Amino acid sequence: MAATSNSENGNGNGKYKVIGTRPIRHDGLDKVTGRAVYGIDQNLPGMLYGQTLRSPHPHARIRSIDTTKAEALEGVRAVVTADDFSPAGDDEVISLVEGVFRLTHMRSNILAKDKVLYQGHSVAAVAATNIHIAEEALRLIEVDYEILPYVEDVHEAMREDAPLLHDDLTTEDFGEDTGTKSNIASHTQFKIGDLEKGFGESDVIIEHEFKTASVHQGYIESHNATAEWKTDGQLTVWTSTQGAFGVQKQTAGILGIPVSKVKVVPMEIGGGFGGKIPVYLAPQAALLSKKSGRPVKIIMTRADVFKSTGPTPATYVKVKIGADKTGKFLAAEANFAFAAGAFPGSPVWAGAMCVFSCYSFPNALVDGYDVVLNKPRSAAYRAPGATPVILATETIVDEIAEKLGVDPIEIRLLNAAQEGVRRVDGVVYPVIGCRETLEQAKAHEHYRTPLNGPNQGRGIATGFWVNAGLKSSATAHVNEDGTVNLVEGSTDIGGSRASIAMQFAEVLGLPAEAINPSVGDTSSVGYTELTGGSRVTFATGWAAYEAAQEVKRKMMAKAAMYWEAPEEEVRFEDGIFLHATDADKKLSFKELAGHLKDLGGAVVGSGTVDPDYGSGGSFTTCMADVEVDPDTGKVTILRFTMIQDAGTAIHPSYVEGQMQGGSVQGIGWALNEEYFYSEGRMQNASFLDYRIPTCFDVPMVDTVIVEVPHPGHPFGVRGVGEASIAPPPAAIAIAIYNAVGVRLRELPMRPDRVLAACLEKLAASH
Amino acid sequence: MGKKLYINTTINGEAVEFLCEPRQSLLEIFRDHLGMTGTKEGCNDGNCGACNVIIDGVLMNSCLIFAVEAQDRKIVTIEGLASPQGLHPLQQKFLEHASLQCGICTPGFLVAAKALLDQNPDPTEHEVRHWLAGNLCRCTGYDKIVRAVLDAANVAPNTETSLQSSN
Repeated sequence: MAATSNSENGNGNGKYKVIGTRPIRHDGLDKVTGRAVYGIDQNLPGMLYGQTLRSPHPHARIRSIDTTKAEALEGVRAVVTADDFSPAGDDEVISLVEGVFRLTHMRSNILAKDKVLYQGHSVAAVAATNIHIAEEALRLIEVDYEILPYVEDVHEAMREDAPLLHDDLTTEDFGEDTGTKSNIASHTQFKIGDLEKGFGESDVIIEHEFKTASVHQGYIESHNATAEWKTDGQLTVWTSTQGAFGVQKQTAGILGIPVSKVKVVPMEIGGGFGGKIPVYLAPQAALLSKKSGRPVKIIMTRADVFKSTGPTPATYVKVKIGADKTGKFLAAEANFAFAAGAFPGSPVWAGAMCVFSCYSFPNALVDGYDVVLNKPRSAAYRAPGATPVILATETIVDEIAEKLGVDPIEIRLLNAAQEGVRRVDGVVYPVIGCRETLEQAKAHEHYRTPLNGPNQGRGIATGFWVNAGLKSSATAHVNEDGTVNLVEGSTDIGGSRASIAMQFAEVLGLPAEAINPSVGDTSSVGYTELTGGSRVTFATGWAAYEAAQEVKRKMMAKAAMYWEAPEEEVRFEDGIFLHATDADKKLSFKELAGHLKDLGGAVVGSGTVDPDYGSGGSFTTCMADVEVDPDTGKVTILRFTMIQDAGTAIHPSYVEGQMQGGSVQGIGWALNEEYFYSEGRMQNASFLDYRIPTCFDVPMVDTVIVEVPHPGHPFGVRGVGEASIAPPPAAIAIAIYNAVGVRLRELPMRPDRVLAACLEKLAASH
Repeated sequence: MGKKLYINTTINGEAVEFLCEPRQSLLEIFRDHLGMTGTKEGCNDGNCGACNVIIDGVLMNSCLIFAVEAQDRKIVTIEGLASPQGLHPLQQKFLEHASLQCGICTPGFLVAAKALLDQNPDPTEHEVRHWLAGNLCRCTGYDKIVRAVLDAANVAPNTETSLQSSN
């Protein structure tokens, strides 16, 4: 096991030549000069501008929509509603890696049919010669609504007498349809051991309820789509998405056309974090293009991004843990309900996998409920489902440690998940790095450095995310100057062109700069699942590894041809082709590439993988120092350290970047971020009122990269994208407790809540 | 729809003319009429800084400026930071420090940081964080951005590093 602190800033890990170094990313120049073309930057000749009319009501029946005045406005070229969908649309279930969705639900989320289910639900869309005319036209569309009672609280939505959102939604229990009409879409349960026995033998049992508000992914580029649907039936979509093939699948399914008729071009993407997996605009833009005969571009307004897309489910989580006198965990029970929003599909399954993932619990039971209510359909957000449940478990672990007088790291080490431990959902861990992140925390200078003031506290918490493998493709073409063009299928959301190209380069002994990576569209690269699940460097990197192996084999055959020698007499070492017996015969990759034109032409290698990730996942441990202002309740982060098992860090700078980004998103979730609702309507739909952390709110984020190689990957990669968001809210809640002696169990821990808890404690002490 | 107005301005040292409606923002003119999409639209309501430009030496959100206000101004956009001889030190340091992930906020941060270094060539970390608080980044956690700005401040002013890129 190796560990690299960002303060060491090392270059190279000694084991590999390219992997572990920090080359400048291939797409960096275009992104610092403004040349990179994002989805919002797409412009086509004759392009129209689209906008979407959205419901002002949380729940209403649509009696009628009159678009005649809008259509008559000069400059308006098309208006579409749900009536413009092909009537023959089917209702298959689509899997999008971090969720499974019914096509009828996806279609009615794009343009509402009969009913609107949340404020911001799309009702109609307009295309006009400029954006201002499109906006004017929206105001001319007359919608006659019959207002219906709405429900915005998860427990109210679960009641038998709650207003029902869907006539056709019945509860699925243990995968079986119960036939009961309800807002409870599903109940998930995992169980191991004997819970009663475990709690019976426990010396200490602690149980608490926790709540978290909906938060938004908060990517800085709004949703966008540009579509051109030509009269030959061929539809092209340019968009920023976490997965071009996912957009193809969703758009074709929603429109009721074959996937072969939809080409999706993934533009540069301005953030996603899970929120750019579902489509919102591509089918609207497509229908508008079909009707107008022109390409149509829609950029969602920022207010609509908040009101209509993304957020995480608001959650209710109850956790109970029992331990013996030494701190050994004997039993655990969790019961939680996630508010999925208007359509089912919140990450209950993931929450159930993560809630007890960091420790060995011989006896455990988890019950999770996916509940619909009148808010926007929730979407994945970095380690979806993990953060709220980890908050609950880690806070209770800290309370048990306190009660027993055990050091918070020691109690975690005593119980840490490791190889052979069975998780509550049944999987048995292979080699993992949970314990190693805790040992690094214990050894870290941060842990030993005393705090230096009143109202300061330190908190430690551990987190986890399951990570994914799945399908990826890459194709490589050798150029005659010895460079290689590498086309891969994963949207580059944070430096993955570099991490994929570096794995390719490592195989061939080439410098990272000799590879020219690009992201292919759905017509130019093999099927690749989305950029999500922390899977790109793992799986697409592996596809690049396979492509490099094929290039190597073919180049060795070319060397044999060049030397007129049998292929078995050619060796390849450190980027040099060698003759087995004739030491004078040597060719660098570049020299051999220069001869290809005389050796039968191009060398092309491709790699297609669908690896089983296994059940390892990635673990994180973080430490937060806070100071609480006793007069206002404001919490300031004084110091923050994130430790993560990366397996193998391909490009350490971008691994650190993921850890730092996840940390600060976790800090925002802990302290500031929240959807405020009043009368079923979001009250803070702007970046001014929905406040994500600025650089003035946070300190530098120290990182330690732990490397416990993934035994199932050629280079030991685990994937690092998500697990860093899971533990920060718990660490901060614990730090606040250690600073001022109050336990907060609801996110965000905003000043008024902290202050109220402090005043309550003060009153109780008098 | 109002009558179009003729505007004459200077963008990145070049005289530029355009026609605009009174209701159009400067950002809209850059992106939809002048083909200058380097300046990004993040929120269109002045809260994210992705559309930052420098107008007569003052850092502005171009989504909050009407295009007609550009008359007789001197405007610097992201497209004006590098010269044919090389990148601005800030651009080079952003690459070296891996200060961008998705990159959508990067043009705004670079323009804002240039405005800072133009008036305060040796800022403290606190000053950098205070100045850049109007720019939102959701990917990086800001650590590597702040380090790059502090590092760029140590590069002698007006010396531009050689163009460095791997492709």
